[in-house]
Amino acid sequence: MSAVTTQKAFTAQLKKVYTLYTGGFLFFLVVLAILERLGMPRAWIGYTFLLATVVLYAAIGVMSRTSDASEYYVAGRRVPAVFNGMATGADWMSAASFIGMAGTLYLQGYSGLAFIMGWTGGYVLVALFLAPYLRKFGQFTIPDFLGARYGGNTARFVGVVIAILCSFVYVVAQIYGVGLITARLSGLSFEVGVFVGLAGILVCSFLGGMRAVTWTQVAQYIILIVAYMIPVVWLSVKHTNIPLPQFVYGAVLEKVTVREDQLLKDPKELEVRKIFADRAASAEAKLKGLPGSFDSGKADVQKLLEDAKAANAPADQLAAAQKAVDTYPKDAAAARAAWTKEVGVKGRAAAPLRHGEAYPAANEKARDISRKNFLALIFCLMVGTAALPHILMRYYTTPSVKAARDSVFWSLFFIFLLYFTAPALAVLVKFDIYTLLVGSEFAKLPAWVNSWQRVDPGLLSIVDVNKDGIVQLAEIAIGGDIVVLATPEIAGLPYVISGLVAAGGLAAALSTADGLLLTIANALSHDLYYKMINPNASTATRIAVSKALLLVVAIFAAYVASLKTADILFLVSAAFSLAAGGFFPALVLGIFWKRATGIAAVLGMIAGVSVTFYYMATTQPWMRGMFNVTSSIADNTWWDISPISAGVFGVPLGFVIIIVVSLVTPAPKREVQELVEHVRYPRIKGDTLDTNSL
Amino acid sequence: MQLTERHREYWSRNLRITAVLLAIWFVVTFVVSYYAREFFSFTFFGWPFSFWMGAQGALIVYVIIIWYYARCMNNLDREYGVDEAEEE
Repeated sequence: MSAVTTQKAFTAQLKKVYTLYTGGFLFFLVVLAILERLGMPRAWIGYTFLLATVVLYAAIGVMSRTSDASEYYVAGRRVPAVFNGMATGADWMSAASFIGMAGTLYLQGYSGLAFIMGWTGGYVLVALFLAPYLRKFGQFTIPDFLGARYGGNTARFVGVVIAILCSFVYVVAQIYGVGLITARLSGLSFEVGVFVGLAGILVCSFLGGMRAVTWTQVAQYIILIVAYMIPVVWLSVKHTNIPLPQFVYGAVLEKVTVREDQLLKDPKELEVRKIFADRAASAEAKLKGLPGSFDSGKADVQKLLEDAKAANAPADQLAAAQKAVDTYPKDAAAARAAWTKEVGVKGRAAAPLRHGEAYPAANEKARDISRKNFLALIFCLMVGTAALPHILMRYYTTPSVKAARDSVFWSLFFIFLLYFTAPALAVLVKFDIYTLLVGSEFAKLPAWVNSWQRVDPGLLSIVDVNKDGIVQLAEIAIGGDIVVLATPEIAGLPYVISGLVAAGGLAAALSTADGLLLTIANALSHDLYYKMINPNASTATRIAVSKALLLVVAIFAAYVASLKTADILFLVSAAFSLAAGGFFPALVLGIFWKRATGIAAVLGMIAGVSVTFYYMATTQPWMRGMFNVTSSIADNTWWDISPISAGVFGVPLGFVIIIVVSLVTPAPKREVQELVEHVRYPRIKGDTLDTNSL
Repeated sequence: MQLTERHREYWSRNLRITAVLLAIWFVVTFVVSYYAREFFSFTFFGWPFSFWMGAQGALIVYVIIIWYYARCMNNLDREYGVDEAEEE
């Protein structure tokens, strides 16, 4: 059989397998739904999902096990465009996209759209600047390209360091997400959840490398997109009677806007917000009065209790006075901590933001800063997308340059399905909460509210602050993640769909973690060990080294994640900025400018990633703590840009340095220029360049 | 390996397509967002236009850009005889 017919038969076979798989998966859902009706307990449904999906991924891993280098590193370069698109979609969409994004949109309104545009528009850069050319180059890793194009191990080594830095930061965030979801699905503790999830990741990538990861990611994409769509469509039918939320939520947004106007003026809302403002102000005053205020405050609560006892006050007043005494801080230090926290309720005194308004702020200057940061964040997320090695690596796996181009289209198409829906979900949930929950009686809260308050008060807590028995918007404290997690219950779907959503979140986190771990292990085993340390290593040794490293890196990442020290959203965004500052200029100029020289690229990459890192280290609170930065944040801030958009400085600096240094150093050798020509054309007659020998 | 005039022409046409598509990408992303309040806050089927663009319009444009680029370049490859032998 010729290569063409083999590839055709292979694609047909894949279609059959995945159609069967999707049918089987839907059948599995229906069976579980029936069992639920027959009285299967909820915990069992959670276990079934956890066990069934992890076993499924492991089975694909076992079936795809391989020790062939091309299969292990690039899935044999025969992944059809559509399937590579699905795999990239799952690789790309992390727990942050699946669970976090709709919540961010709910909380931030228009400002949250930076993530929607940033995480999709980056694929335009991938398509126009990188994917087809990297496919033509056709090696295994991104440092491979840097090494070949920029003549040597220095560029390769810098590439390895940056690839590991951004992938590791990112993978820690994913494993953290895996731990949270596993804990929620199974009731195990977070730390145990991390290691159970890790086992799922490892079985897959450990045995079959890129090949196993690819076929698992396709399976994971199908689960996650089904899990995302069912609840949103259902909620849309509930509120609009039309099952196409993406096209009809404009009308819902209009109703939300009308409701916002009412709530902004509602006297009860103002009353609750004033209570929060007063509490914050009184805490601030007490903080200023320390240490004297500690003693006087203590005397006050004790006196109130005695007065209440003396006056024979009703039992509930007496209990409240007793509680005030019991919960009073033990010493001045505890009082400082408690009151500092209390000052934080100031945030809840703020007026709710208008969902559809761009750059809401008190004055023109603040609005300008908000706009600047919005654009900077989009820029970093987009350029970072086009520089993250675990994504770029996927385009090595297609059979041809043409397929690589088509595959970027399919990647964005499959990502688009979810991103196009998330803003609709946020608005629908907002409508539900603003109209059905706000204004309802505390005695008759919906069941989902009670159950989530019990599960995790950090995600949802409603307290009758002004004691009128009616829920005000200002009385609801909500965590973003609940938007996706609770939608099935808000929409009135059976519990099996809640289990499905959690399984979807797990699929999103696992698939991204798989891709990232593989990137790190390959950078170490292929680039560092094989290309730089031991070029004579046999294929078997290289793959064995890669697998051993995968294990070590995974366990180390899980250990870091289990410490729970870092801010997850920051970690994810940091990975984008670091990749953008480090890789993007060197990769793009390497293809589009023959004159770019090796030394320039090395300096440009180092400068880009360093300035990005430096800016984060001096302006981001958690990083400042890690590096003991004492100068004030304001002194270190440049043009009011927030630390997550640090790449906005790294990328231009990288470009400038590469261009300037290239112009003052001798032009690259003839072979390098031929390599550039080689990657620019899908096929040139008489081109005998073999990138393997570079 | 020797590049002919035809090859250079292929590459410059590629650059032109890339530049035009990049300009469209830039406008729907950065220009529309920059003027979100000033020019693009009119109502569009219920949405404020700038909100709709950020949530959906820009995404549709991105998908079309990539689809068009792939189609265009695949044709260009054939026109200039630099396409790969059918491998799919």
